[in-house]
Amino acid sequence: MASLELKNIVKRYKSQTVLDNLSLTVADGETLVLFGPSGAGKTVLLRLVAGVIDPDEGKILIGGEDMTDVDAEFRGVGMAFQNFALFPHMTAFDNIATPLQARHSSQGTIKAGVESVAKLLKIGHVLSHKPRALSNGQKQRTALARALVGAPPLLLLDDPLRNVDAKLRFEMRLELPRLLADRGATVVYVTQDYKEAMALGDRIAVMSQGVVKQLGTPEQIYREPANIEIARLFGDPTINLLDVKPARDARGIYVGLSNVQVHLAGAPETAIGRDCIIGLRPEALHFVGENEPGAIPVTVEAETPLNEKIVTLVRTVRGREILVSRPAGTPGETEGKAHIAVDSKSALLFDHASGERIGSKNVVSLRNGEAA
Amino acid sequence: MQHTSLLERILRGIALTLVVIFFMFPIVWIFMMSFQTNETILRIPPQLVFEPTLANYTALITGKLTTAAGTLDIAFMRNLWNSVFLSVTSVAVALLLGVPAAYAFARHKFRGSEDIAFTLLSFRFAPALLVLLPLTLYFQKLGLANTYIGLIWVYQLICLPLILWIVRGYFEDIPADIEYAYRIAGHSWFATFRKIALPLAGPGIAAAGLLAFIFAWNNFVFALVLASADKQPVTVGALAFITSSGIQYGQISAAIVLSITPTLALALYAQRYLVEGLSLGAVKG
Repeated sequence: MASLELKNIVKRYKSQTVLDNLSLTVADGETLVLFGPSGAGKTVLLRLVAGVIDPDEGKILIGGEDMTDVDAEFRGVGMAFQNFALFPHMTAFDNIATPLQARHSSQGTIKAGVESVAKLLKIGHVLSHKPRALSNGQKQRTALARALVGAPPLLLLDDPLRNVDAKLRFEMRLELPRLLADRGATVVYVTQDYKEAMALGDRIAVMSQGVVKQLGTPEQIYREPANIEIARLFGDPTINLLDVKPARDARGIYVGLSNVQVHLAGAPETAIGRDCIIGLRPEALHFVGENEPGAIPVTVEAETPLNEKIVTLVRTVRGREILVSRPAGTPGETEGKAHIAVDSKSALLFDHASGERIGSKNVVSLRNGEAA
Repeated sequence: MQHTSLLERILRGIALTLVVIFFMFPIVWIFMMSFQTNETILRIPPQLVFEPTLANYTALITGKLTTAAGTLDIAFMRNLWNSVFLSVTSVAVALLLGVPAAYAFARHKFRGSEDIAFTLLSFRFAPALLVLLPLTLYFQKLGLANTYIGLIWVYQLICLPLILWIVRGYFEDIPADIEYAYRIAGHSWFATFRKIALPLAGPGIAAAGLLAFIFAWNNFVFALVLASADKQPVTVGALAFITSSGIQYGQISAAIVLSITPTLALALYAQRYLVEGLSLGAVKG
């Protein structure tokens, strides 16, 4: 059991600042997902915590203890690497056993420990193989087993599903949360896949260019993204973004979409009269009859049936393309003229110039207390 | 390539034969000469058929060289032993010093590390004779002239840069993550060096060691200047075959056969490690 606390971490390579005054707290037993594009500093952050590289400034506390200057072998963390980093000259068994050997456990303890974690990860039958004889999925499980075997209180997983095929990734996405919960360890999980982030994280820290842009539960990140960039990264199909200028009338705040006034319930007052971008999730749009209030005339361009949903590409009278998503098996227009309406509560308004969501708290500069 | 015409195959066979003859001829000829007396060697025209004799080898092993001018003592076996001792010890010392240094240069970018590494390499640029003159004077002052220690020390000029630069490349080829993973598992940096870096760079170290051995074995000039008769390796000792009564071709050939045998055997033995070492980089992952 160990909490993790990062205080004002700065890491520079030559003149480039990779991590810029970053502070973050992960509670005991929590799974925090670090999410962001490559080059955001996620992997560097993980390596700082593991102790294989040193920060230029700031402090790293594990379980309340200052570990900033402690060597990697004394930090007691487990780590799985994106490229697996298995020892090519050792069998899978010896690979997994290394954390136990470091503690000078007896042969019996080592054997029992390795076999139990191997059984859990379903690699018991390949323990005598060298890494080169393992499939990608088995390599990934071996790397994970090596990270788990010593039951470390803090587990660092660096995009462990990046290099495995889609089927296995899907399976592991289902398996991992239970596996991690059973261990009760504090987990920091790095990924570039928003579905993985949503599935695994108690909280998600969205990183970009060395800073945390937003920190929140998966629900918060999805419903209330801090800016356009985050709104785009989460969600499939991607969010629809349209230029609007909110105004107000007797019924409240509205935006003009294809010459139709769409009233937005709960839209912030500060948006009135500003150049904005409205973000509409495809599932916040639905087909309606012509005479419904707020019905926007569109032309259906194409329809893509996915397994659990149907995505329709429509074009407004102004020629803008919009994606509409509906659950599979529900009725909807398939061609020709149609009308759509907006679920106004879930519409998001962003400032056109800065890209920040209007009405959101400024979460860019996270201080230590807030993150807890 | 199965559908090559008969003519093509014949031409290819001839070409290959020519290449093999071209490269093997000197060695085969020397091998044959080592079983002949000076008289049969110097026959004109040369003849392929001769009556083999072991006299050359006997002379070398017993150390008694019988020439027209009388019997001469030669220290060939002593020279051969010197060669083995000097080369093996030099390579061992160079490995002991060079491998940890190579690891340091590969993994730790400290201030001036590139400059130091390059300086070590630059030892190989200087013409040996240029280095030798001042070195001889120093060695005489220090009492190192004509000692094994002095020679092994000078041989480091040959072996150390070679091992350092080859092995460094192999260490750099090991993904850093693999070593990080071992550290995070709870092992010290020294255990990581011993259990991860050394085994993975093993083929490279073997290749570098073999190459250094061959260079040390073939060295002539250092030993010629710095060693007297009892410390001389075979390369210098071979000069003794140029006697007042002529050049002893038979003995020289036998000496060559004996002196290339150790390196040849070592190279053949280490061949598979060399190939493995060269192809290791291709199976990263």
